[in-house]
Amino acid sequence: MALAMKSAGITLGTGYPGTPSTEILENFSARGGRAQWAPNEKVAFEVALGAAYGGARSVVTMKHVGVNVAADPLFTAAYTGVPAALILISADDPGMASSQNEQDNRHYAVAAGLPMIEPSDSQEAHDFFLHAVAVSERWHIPVLFRMTTRVCHSKTIVNTGLRQELAAPAPPAYVRSIMERVMIPAYARPAHRKLRQKLAEIAKSNETSPLNTRTSGVRTLGIISSGIAAMHAREVAPDASFLKLGTTYPLPMRIIRDFAESVDRCVVVEEGDPYLADSIRAAGVPVHAKPDMYRFGELNVGRVKRILANDTSPEEPVPSGKPPQLCKGCPHRVVFEAFRDLGCIVAGDIGCYTLGVLPPFEAMDTCVSMGASITVGLGLRHVLPREQAVKVASVIGDSTFAHSGLSGLVEMVYNPPATGHVVVIVDNGTTAMTGQQEHPGTGRTLDHEPTGKLVFEDIARAMGIKEVHVIDPLKEEGEFARLLAETLAKEQPAVLITRRACLLAAARIRAYEQRALQGKEACNADGK
Amino acid sequence: MPTGSDVVNVVIAGLGGQGVIKASDILADVAFRAGYDVKKSELHGMSQRGGSVSSDVRFGKKVWSPMVPFGCADYLVVLSSDQLEVNRHVLKEGGVTLSAELVDVSRLASPRCINVALLGALSAHLEFPEELWNAAIRSGFPEKLHDMNITAFQFGRTCTKTQQ
Ligand SMILES: Cc1ncc(C[n+]2csc(CCOP(=O)(O)OP(=O)(O)O)c2C)c(N)n1
Ligand code: SF4
Repeated sequence: MALAMKSAGITLGTGYPGTPSTEILENFSARGGRAQWAPNEKVAFEVALGAAYGGARSVVTMKHVGVNVAADPLFTAAYTGVPAALILISADDPGMASSQNEQDNRHYAVAAGLPMIEPSDSQEAHDFFLHAVAVSERWHIPVLFRMTTRVCHSKTIVNTGLRQELAAPAPPAYVRSIMERVMIPAYARPAHRKLRQKLAEIAKSNETSPLNTRTSGVRTLGIISSGIAAMHAREVAPDASFLKLGTTYPLPMRIIRDFAESVDRCVVVEEGDPYLADSIRAAGVPVHAKPDMYRFGELNVGRVKRILANDTSPEEPVPSGKPPQLCKGCPHRVVFEAFRDLGCIVAGDIGCYTLGVLPPFEAMDTCVSMGASITVGLGLRHVLPREQAVKVASVIGDSTFAHSGLSGLVEMVYNPPATGHVVVIVDNGTTAMTGQQEHPGTGRTLDHEPTGKLVFEDIARAMGIKEVHVIDPLKEEGEFARLLAETLAKEQPAVLITRRACLLAAARIRAYEQRALQGKEACNADGK
Repeated sequence: MPTGSDVVNVVIAGLGGQGVIKASDILADVAFRAGYDVKKSELHGMSQRGGSVSSDVRFGKKVWSPMVPFGCADYLVVLSSDQLEVNRHVLKEGGVTLSAELVDVSRLASPRCINVALLGALSAHLEFPEELWNAAIRSGFPEKLHDMNITAFQFGRTCTKTQQ
């Protein structure tokens, strides 16, 4: 992806980390591309949208649930369109290797009205991306580039010599176009019609797109597939006739119909929801869909074999490996020991610290979406009987706080529960969960250079929260538990910040800090 | 070595931080240098905390799925012996297991070289020329780690006792 982004002349790549999307921007940056982490996906999408409005080719990356966060601008950006390419890379996680749900983001293409392109290996990731840029600029529309875990976290050979020629990007410049960009109802109404017009044209063009490939085989079995599922299917049924779809919205219904009619039995093999099967059937083309049990989890060669045999007998469970645990000596441990020992009701959040739910802590009661710890905790405080309400605490990581904790704090100040509330920000100086990315609270950019820094305690105080404490959780044994008990007893809105670097990131963080210091000294020396 | 439509399937398993992914990268690189189609796939994400990690490498004339189907692995390389049982289902009948005990870790410059030492043991079963392994190891590590890893690889090549 990074290679293709470089050769497509992407001016700006932005995003928020999330498995399995994180490595795209890191590698784009390593190859000299301009890449930056945004505090969250909505911000990332809007920054990329602004860049595209300014005439620059841009990319925004996120994991599947990130698109939920970015959905608001996404839907209306489909109306406004873009003068230069804007590609949203959504990395879905069927099977939830590292996610809180396995939502199928193909539905977003339909719901927002955005063309969608899906690669099935590294070669296609490269080639299809260049195609996506061309589609985006031909129709002036953002493109949803949907990948999945097994396409993201696999390596297959890429031949860059085959790439199609893409027009060189025009230099960024602002061209005013008020009716297209300002979505007041009077301008949005025609914009919606125009969007549908574009989609109709793209549907027509998809009928002849090189991204959809037909392989002839036996007449007795035809398979329609896309993405990684197509690879499994080719392996299972090498003799079958194949239609592999790369443009999965709008669907090229004419070639799908032709194909289905050319075979005796046509099976749709897809991972996740029955998106292709439902759409194709709704168009009046009879195809076989997979049995519902294969909607859960990711597909593999064995499961595709079963789908083709319409086998619905119970599947043999795969032995589960060793679950991850908080590292020995992880600063988060102290916090969860205290929650456990004080019998807290803990509204939790997402990050390494979610592992506080497992033994020996079992000190987390809810975990839904990023930022929800603070707000769910407030809801609990509002309604629970007093003796329970006073035990509710929220716990949130530093990257997660910068992502979507700020508005939760605003809510705490604006609608404080009668018993107050305690928010614990576990600040380990990095986004540990996804591989130690920087975020606004670290004061370093994606490539670890110094930049502006968000100071959580200053923000909390500026919002009018009086009980704000910063503590090193490892400094003195029992100190955090004491502070937590004291603060809970005060029944005031409170923020406790435990600040201690993630064990695995500490050496690297020190090196970045040293590098920054040396840079500063060199500057000072020059100035003299 | 694969001929015709045959594909060689290798699964490397261990715990987060042991170098599973690095080992599979090197193996995939060797197969690539030898002119095969090669695909590699892995599951990681929450791996930094000592959880299970495994990676699949498949090579041959043409590879479709990047994942080794259950019951089809020719070789299962296990960096941490407690990961053997949870991965056994990937092995084909008669498939070869190369487990950590094969290598006397005290004879390595660092216990962290166990991944490359086990690649050495695996290399005794695959007919790739040694210079391809050396080249892949060199391109996979920074220069200061070259000697240590080449030595570990050489040592691993002599550890050929296998379990089935
Ligand atoms: C909307 C959304 N975006 C991204 C993610 C992926 N993700 C989960 S937790 C997390 C951040 C974890 O960092 P932090 O809060 O600092 O906790 P740590 O892992 O360092 O303990 C990220 C990026 C997600 N689950 N949901
Ligand atoms: S990676 Fe860091 S934050 Fe995560 S469990 Fe280990 S020490 Fe804790």
